[in-house]
Amino acid sequence: MTATPTAPAYRPPSGNVRFTGVLASEWTKLRSLRSTVWSLIAAVGMLVGFGLLFSWGVVSRWDRIGARERLTFDPTRISLGGVFLAQLAIGVLGVLIIGGEFSTGMIRASLAAVPKRLPVLWGKAVVFGAVALVLMTVASVAAFELAQAVLSGKGVQTSLGADGVLRAVLGSALFLTWVALFGLALGTILRNSAAAISTLVGVLLVVPILMNFLPSDWRDHIDRWLPSSAGASLMAVHPTDAQLAPGIAAMVLLAYLVVSFAAAAVLLLRRDV
Amino acid sequence: MIVAEGLTKVYGEKTAVDDITVTVQPGRVTGFLGPNGAGKSTTMRMIVGLARPTSGAVTVAGRDYRDLPAPLHEVGALLEARAVHTGRTAANHLLALAQTHGIPRARVREVIDMVGIGEVADKRVGSFSLGMGQRLGIAAALLGDPGTLILDEPVNGLDPEGIKWIRDLLRYLAGQGRTIFVSSHLMSEMALTADHLIVVGRGRVVADEPVSSFIARASTRAVHVRSPQAEEVSGVLRAAGAGVTVRPDGLLVVTDLTAPAIGDLAAGHGLRLHELSPQQASLEEAFMELTADDLEYHGSAT
Repeated sequence: MTATPTAPAYRPPSGNVRFTGVLASEWTKLRSLRSTVWSLIAAVGMLVGFGLLFSWGVVSRWDRIGARERLTFDPTRISLGGVFLAQLAIGVLGVLIIGGEFSTGMIRASLAAVPKRLPVLWGKAVVFGAVALVLMTVASVAAFELAQAVLSGKGVQTSLGADGVLRAVLGSALFLTWVALFGLALGTILRNSAAAISTLVGVLLVVPILMNFLPSDWRDHIDRWLPSSAGASLMAVHPTDAQLAPGIAAMVLLAYLVVSFAAAAVLLLRRDV
Repeated sequence: MIVAEGLTKVYGEKTAVDDITVTVQPGRVTGFLGPNGAGKSTTMRMIVGLARPTSGAVTVAGRDYRDLPAPLHEVGALLEARAVHTGRTAANHLLALAQTHGIPRARVREVIDMVGIGEVADKRVGSFSLGMGQRLGIAAALLGDPGTLILDEPVNGLDPEGIKWIRDLLRYLAGQGRTIFVSSHLMSEMALTADHLIVVGRGRVVADEPVSSFIARASTRAVHVRSPQAEEVSGVLRAAGAGVTVRPDGLLVVTDLTAPAIGDLAAGHGLRLHELSPQQASLEEAFMELTADDLEYHGSAT
């Protein structure tokens, strides 16, 4: 049983690491955890469910609300009201997709298999980004259409063909996909799910509140550049003067992603795991 | 083949791995022995590119691990810290790793059966016992049918049957011409498994030799001698070139002379002996002695 000097040199099989392989691997990782599946269901459910709930609320109270409120009523905005909850579900999932690897030690297996490391990050971004985009697009359109069906009971519905509506509905899907990817970048940077989730919630929900404590002329200059405000502009049928134009808002969000992923990539390459 | 040259890793004030230069040859099991905290795990993590050396370098199959086009086919690693997501099943964990290299599903099934976790392959890893987790880690290491295996404390958590299984497996794989590098803090385990030993203490290499020569060195005999005339006896033995240490209870620990020679010498001088017993240091003691100066924390002052 001991080594024999005559044993032929061992020849390993071939088959290099390819990005398509990394994508397949990340897809397997994504679908094989119950928590990811449930988080995705939760995000879709909240987006559709709360859109319906808010619409029912409006319809049931329509006859009693004031004329001014009726005039400013925005059937698109109310149908997408679930975004504020769905963003948490999908953002937390984004964090966990990498944070779970750090907390369990899986990251060591992942990076030993793909020692160039960056393909793992890009693989996660592509697979999870695509899944989020598809699901959030379907869910946004579903939330919109179901809400309009409810609102049609009082004849206050709108349609995807109306000016700015399709952009707003798709904007909601894009913003949610942005939150998902931003969560992934934060999780990679911080390596700790709790810290990354807190940061994500801080950026999306707390920082906008802090804006209220700034002098108004500062606030007007800063607030519109926040991710939450840029997202609101994307999702608005008619953005206000205080908001960025949707095209610019999209560029701002993209810039946030580029910067956060650049930081994530540098740190992933540099650190020991 | 693994080649480390001047491999060093510094964490803040602490030098975990200190200028290690070793070559791990194919075709045999090389034991990597050292007390806990001697830098074994850090060295192994540097070999597979998870930790970056502060200075020096290590290559596997002639290349930096990070430059290997197909790392799982070259090197399989079982690292001490668990490297598995607890929420995933064993089969899916292995599949995700296999897919990065385009390794077919049939091979995943093969390694699952090879390590004997077929019955629990579709259970989530979080429910695994330590031994099952260890077997899964070995399955992952074998996935790419690699020419080099790096195993950090593989027998941890295994039952006696599992320990024998892995011992046989490692010798079998080495027999196929693969490079097997396996760490342990137990000398007795290494004596049974390894052909060659690299012993580290406090981040430094303190021995790099065949197990047989290590054992021979460990067998340096001492003889315990008791006598009512201890002073005269030790004088005679020292005069004959022996090393004599006197213990507080009067026991003489004699080296460099065999028991028969000591008995003859005493008789020749008309000295009475009450005890004459040859001692053999165990491998564990030899290992302790070798690394005693390098232990991070001493039990007491020496």
